[in-house]
Amino acid sequence: MIRFEQVSLTYADAPAPTLRDVDLTIEAGELCLVIGPTGAGKSTLLGLINGLVPHFTGGTLNGRVIVDGRDTREHKPRDLADLVGVVGQDPLAGFVTDTVEEELAYAMEQLAVEAPVMRKRVEETLDLLGIAELRNRPMRTLSGGQQQRVAIASVLTAHPRVLVLDEPTSALDPTAAEDVLAAITRLVHDLGVTVVVAEHRMERVVQYADRVIELPGDGSARIGEPASVLSTSDIAPPIVHLGRLAGWNPLPLSVRDARRLADPLRQRLSVRSHVPDRSIGAHSSGGAGAVLAAEGVVVTYGDTVAVRDVSVELHAGRVVALMGRNGSGKSSLLWALQGSGPRAGGTVRVGDRDPMKLSAADARALVGLVPQTPADLLYLDTVDAECAQADRESDAVDGTCRKLADRLVPDLPGDHHPRDLSEGQRLALVLAIQLTASPQVVLLDEPTRGLDYNAKDRLREIVGELANEGHAIVIATHDVEFVAAAADDVIVMADGEIVATGPTADVISSSPAFAPQVAKVLSPAVYLTVDDVAQVLGEG
Amino acid sequence: MPRSLHPGAWWLWALGMATAASRTTNPLLLLLVIVVVAQVVAARRGDAPWARGFKAYLLLGLIVIGVRVAFRVLLDGQYGAHVLFTLPRVPLPSFVHGVRIGGPVSAEGVLGAIYDGLRLATLLICVGAANVLANPKRLLKAVPPALHEAGVAVTVALTVAPQLIESGQRVRRARRLRGEQKRKFAVVRTVLLPVLTDALDRSLLLAAAMDGRGYGHTNTVERSRRFATSALMLGGLAGICCGTYGLLDGTAPRVLGVPMLVAGTVMAWAGLAVGGRRVRRSRYRPDPWRAPEWLVAGTGIAVAAIFVLTSNTDASGLVPSLQPLRWPALPLMPALAAGLGLLPAWLAPPVQRTNVVTRAAPAMAGAA
Repeated sequence: MIRFEQVSLTYADAPAPTLRDVDLTIEAGELCLVIGPTGAGKSTLLGLINGLVPHFTGGTLNGRVIVDGRDTREHKPRDLADLVGVVGQDPLAGFVTDTVEEELAYAMEQLAVEAPVMRKRVEETLDLLGIAELRNRPMRTLSGGQQQRVAIASVLTAHPRVLVLDEPTSALDPTAAEDVLAAITRLVHDLGVTVVVAEHRMERVVQYADRVIELPGDGSARIGEPASVLSTSDIAPPIVHLGRLAGWNPLPLSVRDARRLADPLRQRLSVRSHVPDRSIGAHSSGGAGAVLAAEGVVVTYGDTVAVRDVSVELHAGRVVALMGRNGSGKSSLLWALQGSGPRAGGTVRVGDRDPMKLSAADARALVGLVPQTPADLLYLDTVDAECAQADRESDAVDGTCRKLADRLVPDLPGDHHPRDLSEGQRLALVLAIQLTASPQVVLLDEPTRGLDYNAKDRLREIVGELANEGHAIVIATHDVEFVAAAADDVIVMADGEIVATGPTADVISSSPAFAPQVAKVLSPAVYLTVDDVAQVLGEG
Repeated sequence: MPRSLHPGAWWLWALGMATAASRTTNPLLLLLVIVVVAQVVAARRGDAPWARGFKAYLLLGLIVIGVRVAFRVLLDGQYGAHVLFTLPRVPLPSFVHGVRIGGPVSAEGVLGAIYDGLRLATLLICVGAANVLANPKRLLKAVPPALHEAGVAVTVALTVAPQLIESGQRVRRARRLRGEQKRKFAVVRTVLLPVLTDALDRSLLLAAAMDGRGYGHTNTVERSRRFATSALMLGGLAGICCGTYGLLDGTAPRVLGVPMLVAGTVMAWAGLAVGGRRVRRSRYRPDPWRAPEWLVAGTGIAVAAIFVLTSNTDASGLVPSLQPLRWPALPLMPALAAGLGLLPAWLAPPVQRTNVVTRAAPAMAGAA
């Protein structure tokens, strides 16, 4: 169905080709997963399939890409619209019309499909993706998972034979991600659509994949059966790491397969539960006063209550994960705690001061917040200029910010524009800027979005170090594996209220949506990460 | 059967009401028109986001009146015999002869300003009603195929505006996280720049998405035909503009009115027909034009016609006298005509509720 023949792609001004001599074939009806670290060329590979690369992005293409007999060198993306459907990372940015039904019809209108056929296909597609009840809804009122499904539906109505998805679940909460994945597998099974999907958080997708394309980052590409590719791949989901540790063969890719192999391992584990307290800081068990105490916080937007009567205490040296559906009030709570967001009721005390009543400069010296889109905080031309500005803003000694940044990510290029940094580097830069004001409380809103496994590991280390230095840290995230590895406590929010709070193991190990893979495999024994298992096996 | 009326019908009705309002300064008639328009809006507007802006147009109307009166009081108050009060006069050099700031303010002057402002406000409110009753984007969908690309450009622009506001709010809040800037002019650099790069990124994403979904999937046309299309369209639009102006402005020569409008329309239509042939696309569920559409559009045209006829034959009731100062009378025929404009409240089919559960659009965007 899709054939790459000796494909090399070099972007203008790039020192080296992003992809080099890629030769691979994706068969009709396959679900093919593309994996690789940030910057390895996943999006480039996907863009090549419908010709957006290089027709739209520029760059030099050598070799050819042939999709169902059509050469992308001669066919522009618009001429492939009836064959390849593409859904980008941010579905909202790609919507052209303003209601769901019209969005579904848009591609067909462009292709001059007959009106009765259009009507029929729209109805069929609404049912196929389970979004019939959304048909008249304006796009902006949809939740993240609904938007993603509408975006998939809107390209499906043109009856493409290939569907290309770039990180379809990365911004979604676990439940919404399951909905989207269920819809995708249904397309593969019922309609025989060929699906090519790139995903950082592959733990959920890999079990459905027929084959995996690995891009290690040097421009090459390798395609193969999931188990064989992952057995040697640097980046792999926790379940594969567990499989390698336990020596399982073939490697299990789903929790179900792993559980069937896990009995011997469960017996080998000498202790029934091993959840190390990662906070080594002296404050963790002292029960001393909280660094930040919030009582009855209420946040409202017009008639909508985003946060209802929430009380939290943050302690020095502890990492708290804030979880919950999209729109459950996590961001609103963080902004209210920092003092920059609206707060309709309740009190927030850091020491004996309320950050909302202080000037912005004083508030950030108490509580630092890295927002969901860290780039919003950056506005200068180079990394060095941003660092210098940060020092001036916080009246810090020259070079403070740069030193912090170097500690977080050692090789941050000072003369680069912040926009040219990778997601992980940009996050580290913004975190360094916020730490320059030396706040004791650090709040991170969805920091794991767009990070690959290596970047997430580095973030986990950074968070651990900060906690050891006595910072109190809150991380709002959907990434259960990250929470399992990084957080001491978990707060789960739903509909603006706290529904569960407690130590990580207690809260997430029993939850169907939030339990990490290792916990699901080894339950009823309580283990959260592969490292925990390795430690016990090593001792035993 | 509840359905949404063709947006074109609402616009014809609203423009008819606006034409009528433009022919009179009688405050009683103008208020009647406003009440009628508001009543129809209340009866037949939907629950979509664009249907909520009517109050804003009413407010805008009040502002227009206020500004008009303020300027008249400040600049040109002395108009009649009944002086209300006298403002201190600002001495101006002789070369600005004829301009006066301050001085006596007369009842006639203020009243005249209120009448004029009210007329302008009524025009605004009529256009606002059309905007509220008919999704402006659906109207764009109904444009002829030749204008398709222009229509898309406008649609995209309409989406971009709220997004710009949203990312502006987001960036401004983010700025507070870095501590506030002391210098005010830094706003240009610290807020505008990120917002604009954000907008640029979004438009590139949108363009890529549109390209990938077949936008611009059309045949190429030869140059001569493209030239003919452009010439016909431009000529036609100029004709329509002149014609509309002639029709709205009672003092313009007759030739500029209806004949010009008809000639312009014919030319533009020819241009659309020639240009439309190259665009190969279909339309999903186009709004039908049935009896209710004819009736609604018809009432608008009828109201306008009666006002125009009255102003040509007996304009005394439409333009109340300021000198001598007299309480305006309500002329029977135009009043009945304005009442006629109320009929769409029943003639148009009831709207279909979409039952939108509006999720908070938190100012802290990103929360999505």
